[in-house]
Amino acid sequence: MPPDLIAEVLVQGVLTGLVYGLMALGLSVIFGVVRVVNFAHGEFTVLAMYAAWFLFSRLGLDPLIAAAPIALAFFVLGYGLQRGLIAPFVRRPEHLQFIYMVGMAIVLVNALLLVFGPDARHADVPYAFDSWRLGPILVDKVRVFAAAGAILICAALFAFFRYTLVGTAIRACADNLIGAEVVGLDVGRLFAIAFGIGLACAGAAGALMVVLSDATPNLAPSFTLLAFTIVIVGGLGSMTGALAGGVLIGVAEALASIVFSPSLKSMVSFALLVVVLALRPQGLIGRRA
Amino acid sequence: MNGAGRSFISREKAVALALLGALLVAAPLVLDRYFLSVFILVFWSAYVGQAWNVMMGFAGLLSLGHALYVGVAAYIAAALYVHFGLSPLIGLIPAAAACMGFGAAIGWLGFRFRIEGVYFALLTIAFAEATRIAFDNSDWTGGAGGLFISVSSATAGQWWNLRGGPLLFYYLALAMAAAAFLFCALLMRSPLGYRWLAVREDPEAARALGVDVLRVRLASVIVSAAMTSLAGVFYAFYYNNVFTGQIFDISRSIEIILAPIIGGVGTLFGPILGAFVLIPLGQLLLWGTQALGLDAPGLEALLYGLCLMIIVTRAPEGVWPRLERLLRGKDEAP
Repeated sequence: MPPDLIAEVLVQGVLTGLVYGLMALGLSVIFGVVRVVNFAHGEFTVLAMYAAWFLFSRLGLDPLIAAAPIALAFFVLGYGLQRGLIAPFVRRPEHLQFIYMVGMAIVLVNALLLVFGPDARHADVPYAFDSWRLGPILVDKVRVFAAAGAILICAALFAFFRYTLVGTAIRACADNLIGAEVVGLDVGRLFAIAFGIGLACAGAAGALMVVLSDATPNLAPSFTLLAFTIVIVGGLGSMTGALAGGVLIGVAEALASIVFSPSLKSMVSFALLVVVLALRPQGLIGRRA
Repeated sequence: MNGAGRSFISREKAVALALLGALLVAAPLVLDRYFLSVFILVFWSAYVGQAWNVMMGFAGLLSLGHALYVGVAAYIAAALYVHFGLSPLIGLIPAAAACMGFGAAIGWLGFRFRIEGVYFALLTIAFAEATRIAFDNSDWTGGAGGLFISVSSATAGQWWNLRGGPLLFYYLALAMAAAAFLFCALLMRSPLGYRWLAVREDPEAARALGVDVLRVRLASVIVSAAMTSLAGVFYAFYYNNVFTGQIFDISRSIEIILAPIIGGVGTLFGPILGAFVLIPLGQLLLWGTQALGLDAPGLEALLYGLCLMIIVTRAPEGVWPRLERLLRGKDEAP
């Protein structure tokens, strides 16, 4: 195999992996703070893909710009969902959370199917086929833009959790819930904000994703699995872990599709998952629970 | 545990069960083909629910990848029959052995490193998905194109090859559901059953009392996998085909765990009741949307998802414990 092909695929894998990482980051925040397993995460991401596609085809709004309003809308959606529907499930056993979120996932996917039909939707931005030449390799513009968007949003989130009062309070909930309640934090509100942030990540990632691949309703369950794989490989509860896991899975899948065959690419990420669970269950950058 | 029940179920429940059993044995006299198929689905779902409950309900281990055992067993039994003409009654043995091997591998990988809760559940999903992809790329099992079991007049009525009409499958499924119920009732009151209970409630305390937690947990995965493998063989020969996309899919795993969760996790009647609630619910939604002329793709599944959310919100501990309290009524009053 020519080395420049491998380099090209590697770069592609890293860029796509950053967008995956942003999606997984949302899942990680929700699980780390609210301790609810969001089994509808991929469904929300695909919902955002449709939203971005709709804005693009009706209003001509570039999905990379639309990512901002979509993330905002998803934050509000997440805040409302946590306050209204999910809060009662926070202290219930995992299998009930699972069925509840799966019920929500089924509703979302089938609502998309009802409204938009099973056909694949794609946002054909004017620069879809442009690329830059970097020495011997070609890099797609869309991938660079999408990855840059993902990095920007992640940086903003890191700053939020590090430097703002609300962000610190949310981290306190994740570290020690009882302690947070004892010092008088409004845990219900912080949970809602965390869930909102989680969905905002899914929303932004979905909007960025629509320039990289087609949107179909049946993409959703595989996105959910992908997000989980990334979060576990990276380390549950670790924000850098989610990003690193995204990049690792992105690269592994991209390499697998040229070394083996495209149909085997998710096999590689599951193999990676099994290896990580067997050797380092806390993930690459995770703390022991 | 109150000392009252020496036998594993109360007299009233036994009578009610015997009546239900007799009714179901006689039911094919009046049921048409459609209702037979619905009942077969109900029994199948009650059976697998019971098998899943051995892990979740008895030992407290959440498996979200039971489609793995259904799929592996279905493929092995079907492939042995298609390639070598081996009867599924014999093919069942390697199928069950393979599933027990998979179960043991997942369990060992998980419990040795104390991968618990959500992590363990995700490990089971990962195994199911990875196996699906592996079968997709294997020629012996027909790849993504699936494996077909031929239906011809030459083999018709060969019950030992599980070739026959809906009546054969009706009674087989009924017998499986009944046997699983009895087996689980016995398991629950066996020394192993009490160890499962101890490990489920508090693994550390159980360990302190000298229970080998790893072994006890492995036992539950292996028993559950072996039971589920039977359902897989049944599936292959009832539908006469196996497709990776259908049988290994995550939606199959979800379907399997719905009945026992809706019915009541850890109870003997939960999986049965759950199956009797959910399968007809699905059929009703299908009818309803069609009768109203609303047969848009996705609508009936959307309503089904809504029903799930409503049921888990309203009856988080399951329908059976509620019903049981309702039936007991006043005599339980303090």
